[in-house]
Amino acid sequence: MTSITDQTEIAARAHPMAPFLRMDRMPHIWCPTCGIGTVMKCYVQALREAEVDLDKVAVVSGIGCTGRVAGYLKLDSFHSTHGRAIPFATGLKLGRPELLVTVFSGDGDLVGIGGNHFIHAARRNMDLLVILVNNFIYGMTGGQNAPTTPVQARSSTMPFGNFERPFNLPHLAASCGATYVARWTSLQTRRMTRTFKEAIGRKGFRFIEVITPCSTLYARLNKLGTGFHLMQYYHDNAEIRHGADTRELDIDFQGKIICGKFVDREQPTFTEMMDAHYRKTLGDKYVPMPPEGGWIHE
Amino acid sequence: MKADPAGVLTGAHYLDGDFACGEGAMAAGCRFVAGYPITPSTEVVERIARRFPYMGGVFIQMEDELASMAAVVGASWTGTKSMTVTSGPGFSLMMENIGLAAMMETPCVVVNVQRGGPSTGLPTMTGQADMMQARWGSHGDYEIIALSPQSPQEAFDLTIQAFNLSELYRVPVLLMMDECVGHMTEKVVIPPAEQIEVVPRRLTSRPPEDYWPYRLNGQCIPEFARAGDGYRFHSTGLTHDERGYPVMSAACQDQCVRRLVSKIRDNADQIVRFEEEQTDGADVVVVTYGITARVARMGIELARKQGVKVGVLRLIVVWPFPERRVRELAGKIGAFVVPEINLGQMVLEVERCAAGKAATVPVPHAGGSVHDPRDICEAILRAAK
Repeated sequence: MTSITDQTEIAARAHPMAPFLRMDRMPHIWCPTCGIGTVMKCYVQALREAEVDLDKVAVVSGIGCTGRVAGYLKLDSFHSTHGRAIPFATGLKLGRPELLVTVFSGDGDLVGIGGNHFIHAARRNMDLLVILVNNFIYGMTGGQNAPTTPVQARSSTMPFGNFERPFNLPHLAASCGATYVARWTSLQTRRMTRTFKEAIGRKGFRFIEVITPCSTLYARLNKLGTGFHLMQYYHDNAEIRHGADTRELDIDFQGKIICGKFVDREQPTFTEMMDAHYRKTLGDKYVPMPPEGGWIHE
Repeated sequence: MKADPAGVLTGAHYLDGDFACGEGAMAAGCRFVAGYPITPSTEVVERIARRFPYMGGVFIQMEDELASMAAVVGASWTGTKSMTVTSGPGFSLMMENIGLAAMMETPCVVVNVQRGGPSTGLPTMTGQADMMQARWGSHGDYEIIALSPQSPQEAFDLTIQAFNLSELYRVPVLLMMDECVGHMTEKVVIPPAEQIEVVPRRLTSRPPEDYWPYRLNGQCIPEFARAGDGYRFHSTGLTHDERGYPVMSAACQDQCVRRLVSKIRDNADQIVRFEEEQTDGADVVVVTYGITARVARMGIELARKQGVKVGVLRLIVVWPFPERRVRELAGKIGAFVVPEINLGQMVLEVERCAAGKAATVPVPHAGGSVHDPRDICEAILRAAK
């Protein structure tokens, strides 16, 4: 029996986001009840509502389940190396400043192997929108411990439960200098979409964490039921507290998930600081990188 | 096309190899450099950091070499010519994204001012021990191009050539300098911009609906689309088809990887560059590159005074290796002598190509200084027996 996802033409007609997706790549690789597709859909919706020029949008992913997002978006999109989505995106942004560059990747990618790049891009206030999909685990490789795995939660490499302290990501981002910091669960699609849209309109290092279910590994290893049960957990435990002190945003195993917008401050970006500084010190002799890039042509 | 005058510091200068390399990059049209400080390469980016603000270039000091190389690959996808600069330990960290650049077919230049290794080794002293790493350092099958300058003037000239080759073949090109050339100060003549030939990014002329990022259209190198031009294309480090889409199959792997390799191997004769001297009728040919080519000269002169017919094959492009020429010479001479500041790297290629038709005599040196020319002379005399 063939399902609708096997018939890409029908799916393309049926799916409201089809114009923004590479429907010729469907079906995607994500498991049933995975939250990544939801986050991707909200991002696309936000792009649409923000009415940005899609020709000027570039998306960069690293490696892992969320790393596959770049490959499904019908935008200039790059599936880079593990942990290096942020520096790759930095090159894109500096090489062609007019681009709206979004980094879309997972917790293991962005703050595990890529943690050093994350903190430095935030410190520089690099003009990047960073969407981090946090499923508390390494999904693609089969359920290993992540730097976000809550204490007590099981993973395949912490078979007796995790004893390592996880990151509090909004706090990490905020303390490194991010100018926009928010967190939602994949249940809160309208709020997430609104946040994406607002962040698209901001500049600087914007960080949005989205907690998503991984039923195949995280839920199974921890006997938490299915994706549905994780959504129910979000429903019961996600608490909206805008402007909360980011020091208080740790997530305990099956504990409260404080959501909302925590930081929204205007600060000059890396490029603005660079331009202003060179203008001040070099005057008219300063030649900035042209918006369309420093490429040479006949 | 001709170089952008904004980046060309025309005139006769007294520069070290690192500065000359930086000038070569700017003359070639490089307008994005990401790097991390490391001896003995740092002067290259210091020069660029000082000059870039006047010509629309952006230099960023990244948090490490992993990030530097990743940023270079990203920037190159905007069409902006991009480069990074490092030495041994940083070169090791860059291998991951050099592989990505090879897989995504991203034009870019990586300068390695070699020092003594392994590990932290001899940070301020010379070496040539990254030659095999240059060829094989990232995992999987791929081909790169690598050049080796013997003087500051060549550091300038070959950096331009490195950029041009990277554009022509959509491949990372490695400039394998060494500490001696990097820190040696000599006269460097920078010609006027209109005398410098640079290869621009070859952009596709197809409309977006008719464009696939890795379709060949009868050529061996796919046409390029810049991010931000409306092509809405995808590129990945995964094995991919002509659309740039990942395909996990042995058949696609064969097609994808074989082409990455064959686009260089099939064009090796066009890419290879070397200099020959007195190889006709020679009994011994010294195969050499970089600073060692200059040190070897004295050893060669000493041997010639003792009546040995010595020729020289100086590699300018080291990868791809001038396999055909070495095979030809092997049938005509008695022996190759290969001095290099490592314990035997390029000599393995010479030996492979000589295939037993000529003897191969290595002249190894562990690094920290150049050879004593007398050791090279001695090896030539031994080889001539």
